[in-house]
Amino acid sequence: MPYAGSEPAPGQPDDDQPGVPVAIKILIAGGFGVGKTTLVGSVSEVRPLRTEEALSEPSSLVDQLDGIEDKSTTTVAMDFGRISISDDLVVYLFGTPGQKRFWFMWDELAYGAIGAVVMADTRRLADCFPSIDYFERNGMPFVVAVNCFEDARQYPVPTMRTALNLTPDVPLLLCDARERTSSRDVLVALVEHAVSRLTGGQPVTSAR
Amino acid sequence: MTTRAGPPGHGELGGRRNRDGSDGAERVVRPYALTAGRTRPSGARIDVVAMVSASRSVRPQGTESDPELGPEHLRLLRFCRLPVSVADLAARLDLPLGVVRILLADLREHDLVYISQTAPAGIRDVRVLKEVADALRRL
Repeated sequence: MPYAGSEPAPGQPDDDQPGVPVAIKILIAGGFGVGKTTLVGSVSEVRPLRTEEALSEPSSLVDQLDGIEDKSTTTVAMDFGRISISDDLVVYLFGTPGQKRFWFMWDELAYGAIGAVVMADTRRLADCFPSIDYFERNGMPFVVAVNCFEDARQYPVPTMRTALNLTPDVPLLLCDARERTSSRDVLVALVEHAVSRLTGGQPVTSAR
Repeated sequence: MTTRAGPPGHGELGGRRNRDGSDGAERVVRPYALTAGRTRPSGARIDVVAMVSASRSVRPQGTESDPELGPEHLRLLRFCRLPVSVADLAARLDLPLGVVRILLADLREHDLVYISQTAPAGIRDVRVLKEVADALRRL
């Protein structure tokens, strides 16, 4: 077989090839049960699809041959949705598990993403802290969307901003992830925030 | 209400969660059996939203005899006759993303697929972002 080597010769990036749309990523982060998949589902043109990434135990993340026979591999599920903007442009929304142990996966997902929505639930606010920490650290634009569950106590926005220790430029919105218009408004706020970061002279860092 | 001081330990995260704290269904699989134990794809990185399309020259009858390609390679190839994202392929084939990446890299080495690069530069393009914002507002 003719071996193309590490740099594929004919399989070059073909973004210019007609008929191949450009795909854009938005991350939807937050704790378990906060409504990530609900938000994805309320704006996606398809029912949220599920994909999985193999997840090795932390001790086996390093390439080691010893004890490999004991290595148990589990998978972590990610739900994603799609919004076709035009024939040339498609937005993908990825609901990503918020726990710190999945950060290796986030690095991958965050590459080239335009930004992230961090979803919060006032009953379990701490669940979104790792997500906020992550996006603050890698400089990716993000907004916080507080999903207003019916039985959750409502707090004034300034109180929540203080509790989350948000810098003044980070938008915080209240939303109902079940409502298409509400979820849409969150995404619009994120993209506008990303634009203002770009046009405001602030250096924009890609995920890596 | 709790306040965020810094990265919290897992212990303070309350609420309902799976045994290991992850989202969604957990199951034990041997996904990398399909990749002959390889855990990393060869060649240039393959993003989760990279668009994959079968090369125009692909003749399925020719690829089936290639000993280096398994049934999963051929299944993948059938799904990317029209451009499709890596994430969509993984969902349709019900395979982990990592496995799909490795199989796609194999197909790329055989010149059977084109895989677009996700440009990190995309996020710097204000015109594209404004187009996205306008389109979202119309949803």
